[in-house]
Amino acid sequence: MFEARNAEFAYATAAPVIRGVTLAAGRGQLSALIGPNGCGKSTLIRLFAGLLTPARGEIRFDGARLDTIPRREAAKRIAYVPQATALAFPFTVLEVVLTGRSPYTARFRFEDAHDRERAMEALETVDAGHLAARRVTELSGGERQMVAVARALAQEPQCLLLDEPSAALDLKHRAALMRTLAALRDAQGLTALVVTHDLHLIDPLFDHVFALRGGLLAAEGRPEEVLTDAVLADVYEDPHVRTRRVEGRTLIWSN
Amino acid sequence: MAIVTKAPPEATAVRLWRALALLTGLLLVVAVVAVWAGSRTLDFASLRTDPMARTLFFRLRLPRVIMAALIGSSLAVAGAALQALFRNPLAEPATLGVSGGGAVGASLAIAFGWGSRVSGIPVVFIAGFGGAMVAVLLVHRIARSGTLLLPGALLLAGVVVNLIASAAVLAIQYMTDPSRALEILRWIIGSVEVIGFDTIWRMLLFLAPCWIALLALSRELHLLAMGEETAGALGVNVERCETAIHLICSVLVGVTVAVGGAIGFVGLIVPHAVRLMFGEDLRIVLPGSLLLGAGFLIAADLVARIAFDPIELPVGAVTALVGGPVFLWLLHRRQRYSAL
Repeated sequence: MFEARNAEFAYATAAPVIRGVTLAAGRGQLSALIGPNGCGKSTLIRLFAGLLTPARGEIRFDGARLDTIPRREAAKRIAYVPQATALAFPFTVLEVVLTGRSPYTARFRFEDAHDRERAMEALETVDAGHLAARRVTELSGGERQMVAVARALAQEPQCLLLDEPSAALDLKHRAALMRTLAALRDAQGLTALVVTHDLHLIDPLFDHVFALRGGLLAAEGRPEEVLTDAVLADVYEDPHVRTRRVEGRTLIWSN
Repeated sequence: MAIVTKAPPEATAVRLWRALALLTGLLLVVAVVAVWAGSRTLDFASLRTDPMARTLFFRLRLPRVIMAALIGSSLAVAGAALQALFRNPLAEPATLGVSGGGAVGASLAIAFGWGSRVSGIPVVFIAGFGGAMVAVLLVHRIARSGTLLLPGALLLAGVVVNLIASAAVLAIQYMTDPSRALEILRWIIGSVEVIGFDTIWRMLLFLAPCWIALLALSRELHLLAMGEETAGALGVNVERCETAIHLICSVLVGVTVAVGGAIGFVGLIVPHAVRLMFGEDLRIVLPGSLLLGAGFLIAADLVARIAFDPIELPVGAVTALVGGPVFLWLLHRRQRYSAL
């Protein structure tokens, strides 16, 4: 579905952040992108979102080079949720989610009843339908995050890219969001890539884990293959990482 | 069985048309009052017979009202666009230093006596545009940190650009000969006074395409107001849009400053008034600001003309006396605008 081939990227004059990453994820695969702070996770996901263009190598989507797909066309297929940011203007939640329909709306046209239905459905999917008429500036960080995910779902994408979507969420909503993603994968064959530090939520919901370190792919594989003492100690350069499989899931902590 | 129905929120198109109808009505009423009122009220019935009344109407009142409308519309729509582009509710041509930049360009042109025209285009328009463009690029560059725009840095940069600009204008005034210094002074004070339609046609040539271009970009601006990365992910070519909006706003501000001088805060008050009345959707705020901006500056000019008759106030003083407090009030309500 999406694929990086020897992708490299550097911001302006700084040292390269992504230093030759090759990876591929199949259709309907729910993948986690993990790694220590500053390892290039957000940059890599921005490359997949088409917001950045690799300096070398290429990013492919569905077999085609991403930079050859027209932007609005790409926006119908790939949705991206950036790290939590505050909005400057008091838009209503529905207005924000409706922007997810803009790739389908011609210039000088407004969203129609069908678009509103899709937007409300997306809000219901993340259990935020009751927020529709609220102003985003009045919401908590976690609620805003759910609204951002709903906006992405309203795009009806084939592929969803999420940059630390659970950072502002409480315990219950973190797990709920990951379960929602797994359910969308099962029901609609949604492909998703999630940057996350919630390692304990990965197994058993996710299909695959990519681990970055210093701009390079350090490890990848099924959750039970990557989420081990040895691999995580190497990825996070922390010899104190411990994992234990309990009741079909992997618990992770650092001593 | 009780059926609970939630009234569905109104479709955006309905809100847009209602906004346009209301604001057009308001604009017409204000324009008629402004044409009629003054130290000598105009008798519309005598227009057919009285040549004095005709001169008053066609050479003075009507051009002046249209001039106010052009400048008000342009400043207001540029303010609305800059607020969305910079994702900052306090952005507007004056606070960002764009007007200041335009003023430096225009006063340079006046000081050097470049009153002439290059293929029909007044040089002072081009100089104003150039100054405004430098200012907008400068503040954008300074406030940008990665994909983030730092709101504090943006406004501070605007303040400093304004200080530098007024110092530069002052220096230009001192160095040029007295008659031109006086000309600069009269122009800085700001006025929409005009005789006949000559300047108006020339301005329209620049302003109308810019209005149309901004309205055509209202979808992109609506998405940009949500955040740069969000807009990019929704299919907006962010860089190209930024460049286009910089250029368009620089033309709008440069040309209006070159003609009308310092008229501040129109770009701040008007978009916020439209937001309060019709909501945040930029596809409503932009055309709404265009209409309300015209009405607002016509009304401000009317107040400037008749409040202390026979003394005429500078229209820029009226807009600043209204706009300054509005700015402070917005700053006070910052909790509603979390980006500050």
